[in-house]
Amino acid sequence: MPPVHPLDRPEREAEMSHSNRRNRELRAAALLVAPFVFVFAVFFLYPTYKVVALSFTDAPLIGEGTWVGLENYAKLLGDRLFYTSLWNNFYFVLLTVIPTTVIALMIALSVSKLKGRMQALVLTLFFLPYVLPVSVVTMIWAWMLDFQFGILQPLIAAVTGKAVPVFKNPHWVMPMIAVVTVWWTNGFNVLLLIAGLRNIPEDLYEAAALDGATPWQRFWRVTWPLLWPIISLVLTLQLILQLKLFDQVYLLSNGGPFNQSYVVLMQMYREAFQLNHGGYASAIAMVLFLVIVIVSVLQFQLLRIGGRK
Amino acid sequence: MTAKRARNFAFSGIVLIAACIWIFPLYWALTTSLRSENRIVSDGAGWLIDELNFSAYAQVLSNSKLPVWYLNSVGTSLIITVIVLVTGMMCAYALSQLRFPGRQTLYLLVVASFMVPVPALYVAQFVLMNDLGLVNTWWGIILPQLIVPVVVIVYKQFFDAIPREMREAVLLDGGGEFTLLFKLYVPLNWGITAALGIITFISAWNNFFWPFLVSTSEGMMTIPVGITQVNDSFGVAYARMMALALLAAAPVIIGYLIFQKRVTEAVMISAGVKG
Repeated sequence: MPPVHPLDRPEREAEMSHSNRRNRELRAAALLVAPFVFVFAVFFLYPTYKVVALSFTDAPLIGEGTWVGLENYAKLLGDRLFYTSLWNNFYFVLLTVIPTTVIALMIALSVSKLKGRMQALVLTLFFLPYVLPVSVVTMIWAWMLDFQFGILQPLIAAVTGKAVPVFKNPHWVMPMIAVVTVWWTNGFNVLLLIAGLRNIPEDLYEAAALDGATPWQRFWRVTWPLLWPIISLVLTLQLILQLKLFDQVYLLSNGGPFNQSYVVLMQMYREAFQLNHGGYASAIAMVLFLVIVIVSVLQFQLLRIGGRK
Repeated sequence: MTAKRARNFAFSGIVLIAACIWIFPLYWALTTSLRSENRIVSDGAGWLIDELNFSAYAQVLSNSKLPVWYLNSVGTSLIITVIVLVTGMMCAYALSQLRFPGRQTLYLLVVASFMVPVPALYVAQFVLMNDLGLVNTWWGIILPQLIVPVVVIVYKQFFDAIPREMREAVLLDGGGEFTLLFKLYVPLNWGITAALGIITFISAWNNFFWPFLVSTSEGMMTIPVGITQVNDSFGVAYARMMALALLAAAPVIIGYLIFQKRVTEAVMISAGVKG
């Protein structure tokens, strides 16, 4: 070993303490991420892998199954109930996503014109249903729409000529579940849109007003383009949320009547927990999984393209 | 100018009326719950609260397991909130401030997990809970609900924004990473912790599907699941059903009215929108 020049020593010490510090950083990082990584791996990553693996087996809900390759998926392609479920999901998306966004936009535009306490009060009233548990919402609406004593039945009778047991009627069931859902979840959209409206600089409106723009023109030339990022966010969040429909259907109509409100998660639930077909239920879950991943990726790409403009 | 003020006034009035119509179902539940069952069947529920009959509330509280469901809901939701926040802030701090192998991969996994529809995992999670012997227990309800990636992402964003100089000052004083996190980064972001805590608590409290699957006896149910069981045992009992619904909703309604600003802030932060 060559003799160490006295002047080298401080540098060496600095190096030592640098690698010491690096070690300490690594140890701290490991301790800090460990709890999250453990929970994430055991209760999220593993089930994600497991649901993929199960979908290739004929496993019951509890217990081992044997590998059957793509049999579950082949069976799905020939399962008429599955097509009914997919169609009902699609129908429900049509009934909710755009309507709720339009309603939320109208409410947000009105609320943002109000001032002070009045604004706070009105916003509270519109937002409140969003914090309720789903079963409270369905209980209240089941009572509102009760065939015998429901307060809304006179309204329905005025339109159709007679009272309608809406959740037992194949034509009424999905639109009514959509109404309940929009009432329940709309506050969230209102809030996002109001935040978006607040971020539009006031002077843009003043400039537009000076140029003699009508309110209509101001909306389409100023509000709409500047609010579009939030509107598209609301649309995608709603699309993903409404594809996951289960609770309201289970509680209000249980998939009936005549499967008119049977949806994909309803079928997954029945197959797994009532018919004891864990493997087949997993294949159904995989389809939902894929649809939602595709929607999310598409949305991400669309936003990126929008961002480049 | 007065014409304009009159128009503004009329506009406010119309919006207020619309808001009252929007919230009418809740009001209707309230008037129904305060009447006697006989009167509802004979003359229907009234538009005005002209009777203060609390017997429906008394019956619901004594004849159902509502107190137990409250306890289950409060207990599981609180534990979920605390674990989600603590594990989330720790992980976010490491992702934001420290260099370690696998950091990028971990962050990408957390972001990607946003896309996974959680109910699609319920079959596999149920099997796992069964293997662990946790079906129909608090931990069975809690564990799968601990995955809230948005908490990690939001914390990371806020930690990223804290100037490095503050960090160096603490390190020079001999503080370690845990001191930094709990004495500097978290206290600087109390608002975020409150907001994330509220949103995590509300979604755990309101979750229906998972607790419904994993709680198999009435004594283990949370409020949203439990109240649907009463449905069958009461038969026709409108006042009692509405009393039950309102008692189940009361904690979130009161909580929302008290922490209104925080709740709205939380909703926006979790959606990635700055208010």
